[in-house]
Amino acid sequence: MTSITRITRYVLLDVLRNRWIVGYALFFLVVTDALLRLDGTGARALVSLLNVVLLLVPLVTIVFGTMYWHGAREFNELLLTQPIDRSSLFHGLFAGLVLPLSAAFVAGVSIPFVVHGALENPGSFLLLLLAGVALTAVFGAIAILVSGLSSDRLRGLALALTIWLVATVLYDGFMLWFTMAFRDLPLEGPLLALTLANPVDLARVVLLHQLDAASLMGATAAVFQRAFAGPAGLTIALTALSAWALIPGILALRMFRRRDF
Amino acid sequence: MIKARGVSKSFGPIHVLEGIDVDIPMGEITAIVGPNASGKTTFNRILLGLVQPDAGEILFDGDSIIGQSAYRERIGYMPQAARFPENLCAGDVFEMIANLRGTLRRDNELLDTLGMASILRTPFRQLSGGTRQRVNAALAFMFQPELLILDEPTAALDPVSSSILKDKIRAERSRGRTFIVTSHVLSEVEELADRIIFLLDGTVRFAGRPAELMAATGEMRLERAVASVMRARKAILSEAA
Repeated sequence: MTSITRITRYVLLDVLRNRWIVGYALFFLVVTDALLRLDGTGARALVSLLNVVLLLVPLVTIVFGTMYWHGAREFNELLLTQPIDRSSLFHGLFAGLVLPLSAAFVAGVSIPFVVHGALENPGSFLLLLLAGVALTAVFGAIAILVSGLSSDRLRGLALALTIWLVATVLYDGFMLWFTMAFRDLPLEGPLLALTLANPVDLARVVLLHQLDAASLMGATAAVFQRAFAGPAGLTIALTALSAWALIPGILALRMFRRRDF
Repeated sequence: MIKARGVSKSFGPIHVLEGIDVDIPMGEITAIVGPNASGKTTFNRILLGLVQPDAGEILFDGDSIIGQSAYRERIGYMPQAARFPENLCAGDVFEMIANLRGTLRRDNELLDTLGMASILRTPFRQLSGGTRQRVNAALAFMFQPELLILDEPTAALDPVSSSILKDKIRAERSRGRTFIVTSHVLSEVEELADRIIFLLDGTVRFAGRPAELMAATGEMRLERAVASVMRARKAILSEAA
């Protein structure tokens, strides 16, 4: 067993015993079950679940991640006095944060779908899970970057909430203003660039790509789908989402390796 | 032998350590003393790799430790404040560190003498600060390291635990282990230390046997000898001003 898996194992033990993680899984379990009962079909429940996933997964991940990383500071110090290098500790902590959050989300959404036998559209269902897990990785990476940038817990939390607000709420308002203000100009290129600039919008593109729900598309998703139809669009969106997890993750790792504890 | 050569560290505009040159021999108890903000903890943290120096080198048996991690297999550390993940228990942490070190050797003496058998499966969130510090003490000695770095080891302990820990330090010293101890309690330093390093304003003011410092200052107690050096320094600074 490598140092990374050893560290991950114990971080998992700690995080899985956290009541917030249990609450997070239960929340998705109750919401998914309720949507399946109310909407009747799996396809309609998936569309309804879409916005819950796009709003809640980033919020819970970035807030929980920032708080957890700050809370673990002294323990990280203790681990760094052991014969393990900083990169292994970083990767172990990151995996220990993202894996239980992803597992709670996947379990909370999957169990009601299996119980209700509502898996008539398995491709869309798997994409919803994939988008939720990808958003967990992205906002988990952003959370540790935020924790590295701000040594103060409350400031870190405020920064985390601001990032969430910008990515989920303010971004849509900006898009609306942008398309209205420049409606006489060709906007395809800038709108594509703006989609790539927001991981939440990318996740929305990934999901709407599969779900037949054109009415739910914003301007960016519609442009994206027109520009990249078929598997190419999905690949580009998923690659961009991976970059959104990798770039903050790499920056956070660089800071973690250089910082003084 | 641990050799520090020209070790300097600043945090923003504050120069915490300035060109530290010291030798710490193995098999002895070396106490690092000095007033608050004199650089004691920063020096220990550089030794542990938690803080990276701006300049200088630290050699452990001839090998540079800067940027390395394997050398920490030879070190046990007891920090001043003990914090662990709230949902884990001491048993989990001992097992985890044993796993990370990949060792089966264990010294459970402190675990027994500090009476921790009953709390091994209690989550840390239910333990008091003093009990957590006892866990830290047991952990520092558990894997029989050659060098133990203890930062204010008795500060958060009750008198009984403190006395047990000091007995353990003496016993392990007689077995040839090396200790670097920082403490504000100079009577404790006098009781335990073979050598002292006296840091003041980030520089080494004295390194040697406590008796040598007392002889040099004409004082009978270490506390008074240290105070005498500090007063002399203050006088020089006010003259210069």
